[in-house]
Amino acid sequence: MKLKTFAAFVGPSLFLMCLFIAAPLVNVIWQSFHITQPIMETVAVETVTPGFLTSTVTVEKVTRPVLDEKGQVKTETRFVGLQSYRNVMASEKVAALLEGGAWGEILKIDFYKALRFTLTFTLITWPLVIAFGLAVALAVNAAVKAIRGPVIFVSLLPFIITPVIGALSIRWLFVGDGIMTAFLEWWLERDIAMFAQGWTIEVLMLFYRIWHVVPFVFVVFYAGLQTVNMDTLESAIIDGASRWERLRYVVVPHLMPLIVFISLIHLMDSYRVFDEIVGFTSQGHVISLQWLTYDFLTPDDSGNRAISRAAASSMLTMIGIVILLIAPMRRTWAQHKGGQL
Amino acid sequence: MRATYFLLAAAICFMAAVAQAGCTYENTVSLKTSTAAFQAWKAVTGAMAECGNVESELSQEVHVKQAAGFATNPSLYHIGGVMTSSIVPLVNKGLVRPLDDLIAKYGQQLKPNQLMKFEGRTLAIAMMVNAQHLMYREDILNELGIAVPTTYTEVLTAAEKIKKAGVVDYPLGGSWKTTWLEFVNMYLGYGGGFFKEGNLPAVNNAKGVAALEMMRKLTAYMDPEYLVADSTYVQQQFQQGKIAMANFWASRAGAMDDPKESQVVGKVKMAAAPAPEKGGIPASTLWWDGIVIAKNISEAEAEAAFRVAMEGLDKEMVQANRDLAVWLIEGYEPGPAAKGAAETAAAGARPYPASTKMGLMQTAIANNIADFLTGRQPAKETLANIEASYLTAAKESGIVK
Repeated sequence: MKLKTFAAFVGPSLFLMCLFIAAPLVNVIWQSFHITQPIMETVAVETVTPGFLTSTVTVEKVTRPVLDEKGQVKTETRFVGLQSYRNVMASEKVAALLEGGAWGEILKIDFYKALRFTLTFTLITWPLVIAFGLAVALAVNAAVKAIRGPVIFVSLLPFIITPVIGALSIRWLFVGDGIMTAFLEWWLERDIAMFAQGWTIEVLMLFYRIWHVVPFVFVVFYAGLQTVNMDTLESAIIDGASRWERLRYVVVPHLMPLIVFISLIHLMDSYRVFDEIVGFTSQGHVISLQWLTYDFLTPDDSGNRAISRAAASSMLTMIGIVILLIAPMRRTWAQHKGGQL
Repeated sequence: MRATYFLLAAAICFMAAVAQAGCTYENTVSLKTSTAAFQAWKAVTGAMAECGNVESELSQEVHVKQAAGFATNPSLYHIGGVMTSSIVPLVNKGLVRPLDDLIAKYGQQLKPNQLMKFEGRTLAIAMMVNAQHLMYREDILNELGIAVPTTYTEVLTAAEKIKKAGVVDYPLGGSWKTTWLEFVNMYLGYGGGFFKEGNLPAVNNAKGVAALEMMRKLTAYMDPEYLVADSTYVQQQFQQGKIAMANFWASRAGAMDDPKESQVVGKVKMAAAPAPEKGGIPASTLWWDGIVIAKNISEAEAEAAFRVAMEGLDKEMVQANRDLAVWLIEGYEPGPAAKGAAETAAAGARPYPASTKMGLMQTAIANNIADFLTGRQPAKETLANIEASYLTAAKESGIVK
């Protein structure tokens, strides 16, 4: 293809990628190294607060932003280097804890608490999603043609449901005396509170995520299974390979590029686990890195939000994803270069 | 992060632009309101809409949208529904219009205790108050011979008796998804203060420890899933007869006697919020909800908005919706639901100390207190962590140098 034609084809998408991906990213990087503060003044102010019987009058020192002539809040922006990163990672506290040898204490700091959950969540769901997805794909592939359509439709349902709605439904099944909890209590003859401690919530989250993602993995693998070389399979049967050996030495190697593809997508997605935290209202027990960023960004009752820390936190999340992706990416790259599986 | 004491399942958008009877005049200026989405706001915005040309946006996320909407010029909204804390950023950024001239013209019926004044100018008009106070099952307490508790020591004794009698699933309830507020209430009840000179935090003290310890003692009698329990959940637990006592929102009192939802109609009574110490002030804070008018709108719009707001906050609205809230509006006859709030105020509970720094403190408390309640952190460390989190945020926002 001529360079000009190539540029004409690629140009628009390159432009959109710059506009919607690169530019915001640069902006976030910039924000993570800067702090914008309103210029504050502390003044004594008389406030009259409405009340049921009478109003309350208070005179208090109030720290508030200074407004300019146009009525806008005066702000100043300054470069703070890695300060926001240090704040998010609580580096001073971590250093002190490491020195004192109190390693376990580190996991009580928000960022590390979130990191711990995010990593375990990602790494536990990853193999399970692939295993279950493959199992469903093999089962559907082996099913009689007549029922395949309905089976595929039913298997896809969890993927169609909006993530937050799915998480909420699972929460309602288990919270308080929800149907599932009531059933478990009846079955095990003991009192169960699924939302009273962190690990049970985490189990529910893992279950939910696997339930939600398996259909997608199934569809991809099912498509892959249609292209398995039948000659190879038949010769394997003639050679006396068992069902397991055929799977292990013929099917899985054939699906390997798809497994790597699924891994990439899944690692990226589950490292940004967020819907589960909100859906299960688990922030008292379990938080994730993405939720931490969201929490920094959400204005509190009085309108404060921590933009710089949110920027730093989202940069750290991105760095985490990049580190996770290095291994599968290298594999893909090697395949691409070598042209082999 | 916020006290959404009327948490509905989702944000509700409610549009009404048809002029109906019930308004004394016809409004011709196109107006838009932005309020929270609980029942009282539905009633008020509904009454405003009767004047015509009023578009109401009711949302659970009102505190996220409102300041941004008011900051544009012209403002996206004309009338804003605010509460004790959410008015702070609007006032700080100078986004609300002083109302004194409009009150003189159209607001003679307003009572002095409805006016929120800042530096001598009236900036908001309150329509209702809200507070957490004791709600209890009168039948259970009578049956077991328990007097209505006035202190938390008595609450614990009563809870123990109820637990032994086994008449309900859990003796105590509480919407502890917003644990920060429970701590703020308890800590103020012990007489604690949150700040010292220079906006520095001051919660790491004996009163803070006492408040935390008391909270932990209460959790022993609560549903173990208390950290995910929001107000609606606790209200349902009450209605289904699963809990016997709770320090709970006045605005939820009406629902206890709603025969459509409640199995305990007439059995839930209200009293002042218990005090942590005998003779002390109740562990509760007083909140108000009301309206503000945006600054960045024309004079004609501001006048129209104020008139419509007055129609929304009039006698007829209150009399039609008596049980939805503890109203401050003229013509409201306090029902049983108002008793608890009135007694709590009379016993010395203070208004919620809303301010920019308190907003930061709230977040710091919210993000650390669960670790104490679940036993991951001891009290002292929790309080130290709250102070550290607050300081980080306060330095970032420029409140502490």
